[in-house]
Order: sequence, then structure tokens, then C-alpha cells
Amino acid sequence: MMRRAWTQVWVHLLVWLLVLFAAYPVLRIVTISLRPGDQLYSTELSVIPAGATLDAYRQILFEKPFGLWIRNSLIVSLSTAVIGVALASLAGYAFSRFRFRARGAALQGILVTQMFPATMLLLPLYMIMRKLHLVDTLTGVVIAYAATALPFCIWTMKGYYDTIPQDLEEAALIDGCSPFQAFVRVTLPLSAPALVITGLFSFMTGWSEFIVARVLLPDSRLHTLPLGLESLASTYQTEWANYAAGSLLVCVPVVVLFLVLSRFLVSGLTLGGVKG
Amino acid sequence: MSLLESRANRLAGWFLAPTAAVLLLVVAYPFLYNVGMSFTNWNMFHFRDPQFNGLTNYARLFGESDFWRIFGKTFLWTGVNLVFHVTLGVGAALLLNRKLPGRAVYRALLILPWAMPQYISALTWRGMFNLEYGAVNLWLGKLGLGAVPWLGQEWTAFAAAVITNIWLGFPFIMVVALGGLQSIPEELYEAARIDGAGPWRRFTNVTLPMLRPVLAPAVVLGTIWTFNNLNVMWLVTKQGEPADTSHILVTYVYKAAFTYYRYGYAAAFSVVIFLTLLGIVSIYQRAATLEEAR
Repeated sequence: MMRRAWTQVWVHLLVWLLVLFAAYPVLRIVTISLRPGDQLYSTELSVIPAGATLDAYRQILFEKPFGLWIRNSLIVSLSTAVIGVALASLAGYAFSRFRFRARGAALQGILVTQMFPATMLLLPLYMIMRKLHLVDTLTGVVIAYAATALPFCIWTMKGYYDTIPQDLEEAALIDGCSPFQAFVRVTLPLSAPALVITGLFSFMTGWSEFIVARVLLPDSRLHTLPLGLESLASTYQTEWANYAAGSLLVCVPVVVLFLVLSRFLVSGLTLGGVKG
Repeated sequence: MSLLESRANRLAGWFLAPTAAVLLLVVAYPFLYNVGMSFTNWNMFHFRDPQFNGLTNYARLFGESDFWRIFGKTFLWTGVNLVFHVTLGVGAALLLNRKLPGRAVYRALLILPWAMPQYISALTWRGMFNLEYGAVNLWLGKLGLGAVPWLGQEWTAFAAAVITNIWLGFPFIMVVALGGLQSIPEELYEAARIDGAGPWRRFTNVTLPMLRPVLAPAVVLGTIWTFNNLNVMWLVTKQGEPADTSHILVTYVYKAAFTYYRYGYAAAFSVVIFLTLLGIVSIYQRAATLEEAR
């Protein structure tokens, strides 16, 4: 009994250490965002700084075009999520259920798309987007983000479909469903956890990306949150408190989404093998 | 061939077409374009009229005095990160898989680094490694240790970037491992217990072999993502400081392309990165196949 108690103590100690490591930087941003303007450079370590103020939040929310950035980011991220889920759920299904020619090669190909340094694709991407008149449109970045998120999403969907027995669909076929109906009515509803992850991952891609956005969206009226934040950080007098406050405001929605969906994260993230 | 397969094979094309279209437009075409440009003198002076120059870029790149150093550093970067991602990730998953009061809260807190946008995390860590005002040195001071000029020396800057990236990456492995742990049937542990296996034997003989197939794809993806992670190294060391010593292959390429406008050269460099990764992943996969065949 004594030994079991000691194990519990050790387990807690280790968990707390890990939690400290994971959460401390976030705590640090909170602290900096609360600092008054005259104390941006401070050697204090207390969580709530002396003279704490919400002034930075007020400035960001009311004196910067924060609403515009949020609107643009929401449009981009939600569209990316919808497209990501739609395309990945279809493609993943094809990889999981159909034995078509060059299937193995195509699966490998999807993995291979991740291997070329993404930043080097920027320049040619800009050129195509300009030809298609998609520069300075939110559609352009949505397409780019969907392509970024798709490989991981397809892997997730395929892996999850692989765990669902095919008998159910076969039964639906015998009952007179078309293969597409069998997919929509039987398989998709069973795949909810993986669909949630795919949506979350695509959403995050749109929410946090700024290198592609900077190239494809020169017009400041189309700036997304990360671009807006960048403009805060690069103003002449680096407004650290503002930047920290802005960062937190950007993080809150994704963090909340993540926490709400963390149940699905564990059950839905079955990455399929490349083979099989 | 089953009923489903024979009737639906045609559908595969329709299911894959939209994905193929997007990937061709955004990845395949730019990729091929780059490969083509890697054989030209495309740069600031020849932006509109790049000329074919054969393997000049490749010869120059391999002749670069820094090339093998950066190449080696990228492998070290990837290796160290993955070792920590997997040990911390699996370790955290094992802890969270126990009956633990407040488990959901701990899990949520441990996922935080994954939920944060990468560039924000990288800049936050950069601030924390600041010599005078950074939290890391302030805590070291409290513990009676001297301040470390983290970002001022080559290898401490490397360590700073590695710590940042370990922080970023372990929750992903943790989540994958948690899923894997929950799918291990309790009976296997029972059987091992009856056979007299202690906790360590149960871990090595039941847990690890059952986790391996779940973790393998995550490790492959993690390798690719880490090898090609521009954000962390670039932002934590502020574009390669001190004196351009803090580079891995992708940050070096980024600087060549977007600071010095040496596009042709950078394109050749990217092709080398791509082929290197392709090599690593196929070695992984061959090893996995051999493992299965045993």
C-alpha cells in the first residue's frame, strides 16, 4: 500500500513538471500583456505585474482594425475547414475502400507533397494565382491553405475509415443503396471523431498561417489576424504589451476549440499507415 | 473482388478528383517549376530572363563551405527533436492513461503548445531567452546560476530553438500515443501479469509493440515537419543569428531566396532537401517493411 502511495506521488510530480513546461510560456504572455506601458522591460517574475492594466487589450480592440482581421480570419479558416473536410473525407474514403490502379503511388505522393520546403513554392504559387486573378482575394489563400492541410487530413480520414468494418456498407448496398449513398449514410456518420479532427486541423492552418498570406494578400483590408499581429510587432516602437495581448486574443478561439474537442482528438487521430 | 469494390471502383476517380486538382495547382505545378528553375541563373538581375545554366547551382551548393555543416546540423536538429518528442509524448500519454484525479484538466493543459499558432510560440520563447529580461535567465538567477547568453552563441542558440520545438511538438505525439494506449485490450496486460511480468516487462512486451504501429506514421510525419520547420529556427534565432550560424537547411534556403534573391540557387537547394527527405522516409519505410516481414 505504501508503495502504491509513493507511485501516486511520483506520477503527480511528473505530470506537474510537464504541465509547468507546457503552460509557463502561455502564462508569460498573459503577464506581459498586463504590463503598463512604462514597464515593458522588466525583470519581474510575478504572474500579475505591478500596476497591471488591461490597457493593451483596450487599444487592440478599439484602436486597431481588430474586428476586420477577425472577420477575414474567420472567413478564411471556416472555408478552409469546410473544403478540407469535404475533400479529405472523399479522398480518404477512396484510399481506404477502393483498390484502384496506382493507389499505392498516389498515397505515397500525398506524403511526398510534404517534403518540399513549402516556402519555395511561394513564388510560383504567386505567379499562378496572379494568372487566375486570385491575388488579393480570400479565395486564393483558402485554396492554398486547403492544399497545405489536405495531406494530413487525408491520412487521418483514411486511417479512421480503415478501422470501420466494411460489412456495414456491404449490407447497405444489398439493401439497394448506391455506393455513394452507402458512404454518406453509413460510413460518414460513423467517422465523426475523424471529421472533427480534420476540420479542426484545417481551421488551424487558416487561423495561424502568415507567410503565404503575406504574399497573396498585399491589400491591408484583407489582412488576417496573423498579418495584423505582425503589423503590430513591426511598428516603430515595438508595442510588446499590445503584441502579447493580440497574441492571446488570437490564441483564445483555437485553444477553446482544441479543449472542447480534445475528447475527439484522442479517439479520432488514427493516422493510417502509408501501406495497407 | 468484393461487391463493393467491383461496383464502386469507378467512383474512386470522382472521390479523388477535387483533391488532385487542388494539389496539382498548389503543390505539383510550383514544385515542377522550381525544379526547372534550379537549372537556371534566376536571381535579382535575371528575374525576367533567367537563362539555363545546367548544374551550376548544384555545383556551387555542394562546394559551399557551410553546406555540410548545415546539412549535419539539420540531421542533429531533427534527431534530437524527435527523440524528445517521442519520449516526452509517450511518457505524458502513459501518465495520463492512469487513473488520475483531474486528468482531463492536465490533458487540456498539455495540449496547449499544439493549440498555439507556431509563430506566436516561437516569438514568445525568443523573448523568454532574452539575456537580461527573459524568464529563463531570470529563473536561472533565482536559482543562483549565472545568466546564459542563449541567443548570442551558436550552440546555445541551437539549444534554445530545440527547446522551443520540443515544447511545440510533444503534444502531437502524446495525443497519438494516448489513442494507441486506449486501444490496447486490458486482457493483454492481464495475461502478462499471470505470466509473472512486472511493470517494466509489461511495458516492453505489451505496451511498446502495440504502440509501434500507431506511432510509426506520426514519427514519419514528425520527421518531415521537423526537418522542414522554418518558423522555429528562423524566428527564435532572428533569421540565423548570431552571424548566420543558426541555420538548418530550410532557413538557409529561405534566406538565400528572400533576403538575397538567389532564386535559382535556392531552388536547387530545395531540390536537395526534397531528395534527402525522400531518402530518409524510404529508409524508414523499408525498415518498417522488414520489421513486418519478421
